[in-house]
Amino acid sequence: MLRLQISGKFSKMAKILNITQLRKSYDSGTKKITVLEDITFGVESGTTFSIVGPSGSGKTTLLGLCAGLDKPDSGSVELCGVDLASLNEDGRARLRNLNVGFVFQDFQLLPTLTALENVIVPLELQGIKNASKTGMDLLEKVGLKERIHHYPSQLSGGEQQRVAVARAFSNQPSILFADEPTGNLDAATGEKIIQLLFDLNKEQKTTLVIVTHDMELAAKTRSIIRLKSGKIVSTETGAAV
Amino acid sequence: MIKTTSRRARFLWLLKMAARDGKASGKKLFLFVSSIILGIAAVVSIQSFGESLKENISLQSKALMGSDYRIGINETPREGLLNILDSLGGAAAREISFPSMVAFPDEKGSRLLQIRGIEQGFPFYGNPETEPDSAAATYYAEGKVLLDATVMLQMQLEQGDSIRIGELTVPIAGALKSIPGSTAFFSAVAPTLVLPYELIESTGLVQFGSRVSYDFYFLADDETDLVQLRTDLRPRLNNENAFIQTHISGSEQLGRRYDNFGKFLNLVAFIALLLGCVGIASAIHIYIKEKLRSVAILKCLGAGKRQTFLIYLLQVAVIGLLAGMVGTLLGLLLQQLFPLFLADLLPVDVELIISGRVIFNGILLGVLMSVLFALYPLMSTLYVSPLETLRVSETVPVQSKWAGLMVLSLIFGFVFLFSYSLLENSRYALFFILGLIVTFSVLAGMAQLFMKTVKTFFPVGWGFASRQSLLNLFRPQNQTLILILAIGVGTFLISTLYFTKDVLLAQTSIENQAETPNMILLDVQSAQQDEVETTVLANDLKVLENMPIVTMRLHAINNRTVNEMRRDSVMQVDRWILNHEFRVSYRNTLTEAESIQSGKWETGLMDGQPIPISISDNLVRDAGLKVGDDVYFNVQGVIMHTRVSSVRLVDWSRMQMNFMVLFPEGVLENAPQFRVMTVQTPDEQASATLQQQLVQKFPNITIIDIRQVLTVIEDLLSKITWLINFMAFFSILTGFIVLTGAVKNSKYHRIRESVLLRTLGAGSKQILKITFLEYLYLGVLGALTGILLSLAGSQLLAWLVFDTPFVPSPVPFLILLPGISLLVVLVGLSNSIAVIKSSPLEVLRSESR
Repeated sequence: MLRLQISGKFSKMAKILNITQLRKSYDSGTKKITVLEDITFGVESGTTFSIVGPSGSGKTTLLGLCAGLDKPDSGSVELCGVDLASLNEDGRARLRNLNVGFVFQDFQLLPTLTALENVIVPLELQGIKNASKTGMDLLEKVGLKERIHHYPSQLSGGEQQRVAVARAFSNQPSILFADEPTGNLDAATGEKIIQLLFDLNKEQKTTLVIVTHDMELAAKTRSIIRLKSGKIVSTETGAAV
Repeated sequence: MIKTTSRRARFLWLLKMAARDGKASGKKLFLFVSSIILGIAAVVSIQSFGESLKENISLQSKALMGSDYRIGINETPREGLLNILDSLGGAAAREISFPSMVAFPDEKGSRLLQIRGIEQGFPFYGNPETEPDSAAATYYAEGKVLLDATVMLQMQLEQGDSIRIGELTVPIAGALKSIPGSTAFFSAVAPTLVLPYELIESTGLVQFGSRVSYDFYFLADDETDLVQLRTDLRPRLNNENAFIQTHISGSEQLGRRYDNFGKFLNLVAFIALLLGCVGIASAIHIYIKEKLRSVAILKCLGAGKRQTFLIYLLQVAVIGLLAGMVGTLLGLLLQQLFPLFLADLLPVDVELIISGRVIFNGILLGVLMSVLFALYPLMSTLYVSPLETLRVSETVPVQSKWAGLMVLSLIFGFVFLFSYSLLENSRYALFFILGLIVTFSVLAGMAQLFMKTVKTFFPVGWGFASRQSLLNLFRPQNQTLILILAIGVGTFLISTLYFTKDVLLAQTSIENQAETPNMILLDVQSAQQDEVETTVLANDLKVLENMPIVTMRLHAINNRTVNEMRRDSVMQVDRWILNHEFRVSYRNTLTEAESIQSGKWETGLMDGQPIPISISDNLVRDAGLKVGDDVYFNVQGVIMHTRVSSVRLVDWSRMQMNFMVLFPEGVLENAPQFRVMTVQTPDEQASATLQQQLVQKFPNITIIDIRQVLTVIEDLLSKITWLINFMAFFSILTGFIVLTGAVKNSKYHRIRESVLLRTLGAGSKQILKITFLEYLYLGVLGALTGILLSLAGSQLLAWLVFDTPFVPSPVPFLILLPGISLLVVLVGLSNSIAVIKSSPLEVLRSESR
């Protein structure tokens, strides 16, 4: 078991995510398809960052690699000061549990748990007892105080995504990855979700990394990298500075 | 601040997660695991009843024997034995018993009975059960007899009627229901007649050649160590060709006999359990597939491989525990039925005992079997990547082949251990497993073949409903193969019972052909044979065989005497041979039931040379003899030197006189002997008439009516068959539970199909027809697969083992096949009817809730 002994806060300018010459390909029948090539960038702690590009540009694959959900063919990923290549699967899971939050396009709630139970899963994984109070506070914050005992199938899409947002922030993550968070929502609901994310980002100083094809959303973030055919074609600055 | 350490979620959290997730899927999980409830119930009921029976036999051992111990001998006791009996203080009671024909009054016919002449006082424990009750106490003093209650009913006899036993005519005191030493089981072949010991001589039936047994009953004080007594007396009694049995060893022996039958039933029940487990494996496979997305989410949120695996393993274990408890309870209730249906076969009245060990085993079985068979599908959770949260994929993660092999080894290991615990023999346990593998493989192979044949020769010319229903058998996540297996195994078991019974009875029906004897006359004295033949001829019948019988005992093999061999604890000769009274015949020809296996059939005699004898193959095995060995026989005081010249292969299953030892003609003609004659009677009336005449004129002759013996065997087979059918039916019921689970599993797919069809314009009748036909195919395929396999197996049995023509019973085809198919249709339809009847939108709304 790898125990990390890093203590102390990062400086505001410290990089929470460092990607260096990342490369990833997949086997497709007899051919090898390169999905990502020579990706290098960094994300400063506490900031907002977006990855944009058309469908098939490699955005979701890049997100998976950044979050430690997958391993690159070459290159390095340093997340929260830890080189992910030095960790095994359980090690990466632990790192995610302690430091990372997720919001997915299709919500990815556990269908057999209630809203409250879904929210407190990351805390219970840490062995924290009496996590229900924290969970209820979070659900109240996202406006779902009355729905804590409802199952995902009993909630609308927007409500499910709000539960997912509450879950993503329950372990007070250092960094939150959001993959097309408004992809399955109508415009008005999507707007509310984005606002929620940015508010919590400001409140908790959680670094926000958003994968999106929505340029309006991307423009709200501080930094934007544009992907095309697996390569970074441009790096831009957004409205949030 | 970056957090870098964490406390691991504790085991309690895993239980909590298992409970939360299981709450929503509880009904589904329970249905899957309930497929083993019936199997557990069957195993527990048999084990529990078996334990109760053994316990009762043990508790009632003294009443079963009627005394503390007995010494028995199958020949006239010599001085040596009488001295031993005296040294023990003399027997508390004596008994002489032998089979004999008994004639009933008013030309009601005659019957072979076991005559027991018992001294007053016996039994010392337990009471004979008679009707009226007082008959047991009064018959002795009044000089009357107690006659088997069933015989009295069959012959329409009443208290006070007289019967003739040999030369003695004696009235009946009452009907005998039970007495120590006689069980209902053996009484079916030769019912019991009890008369006072002193009257035996008056019957005139104890003559030279009669097969008489002498028993001496003893009482022991509490301090006597019966085990030690038996050990001490056995060598001395062996020298006198006698044996000792204590109430303890007697009840143990009896318990072992029933134990063996119980083990067989347990194996049948175990097959039902294994079927259920195959159902679990299949159902959990589909269940876990639906959970893979949740596993990916948990891993994404930080759960480890072991944690996610344990969550679902705990679910299966808890549900297995519940199934084990329910199955055990059901089994304990089921065992109440056994005493009701098996009363005729049981030696004691059974008071049912609830054994903690059996309950524990039943519950443990539920947990172990559920976990073992769910292990392989559960292991797929180990290989799920958290990356799956970012993709929509229905593919199952690739599992390690070694993991699969390891799980398979564990399963076979457990099955071997369980069957070993039942059979107490590793070779038999291995054969059982091999038999299972072969059966399951062949069934699965046949099912695959059917399905491949359907796919290859798909009936494109059929109507839409018929074609669609066939296609449904191959829909994604179908359990067609498992269902065919489940239904097929149950059908296979039951069909095999019917076909095997037919093979066994066909074997015996050979005896009814012309020139095959169906009546055997034993104990015919030499002086009587002409008159017996005259009587037979007078009935327009003929004597088919007239064989001489000379009794003799083994004296020595090669240079070792019987006494030397008795003292040798490591000798190869079976002990029964050393005490056995051989009934030997002499002739110069072989019969149809014999063939020479080795050596040469010799009939010539040479002066000064040992007499050439022919021995049977089983004697070769038991006595360790071979061609060329010298065997010395004691022929009523005269030692004869013989040499094994040939070994015969004897078909002992033929209902005729066969001999372990045959002498050539010209040796034993002057030795004391009696005759055995065989007759063929065309029907029951002719048989009854001849029997009556023979009993009147020759009361010492014992008549075995093979027709009657076959009736008893058939009756016994029916009772046993019923019981095995009962157990085998658990397999069928398990198949239905697996079917119900499969239907519920595929409900979502069926709804989508149904909704789509309705949207495209299909009517309710069409959808009903598609569903009906789908289940009909499943039922027919499953049942037919099992019946065909059983047919093939039974044909091989008849051909290779019994060497008899095989005419299969129509029952499996006429009753089992349509019956099971219909049941499958009913189960399938009943679970689908709500889908068929509802409107598409209503169905979609209810499913999304």
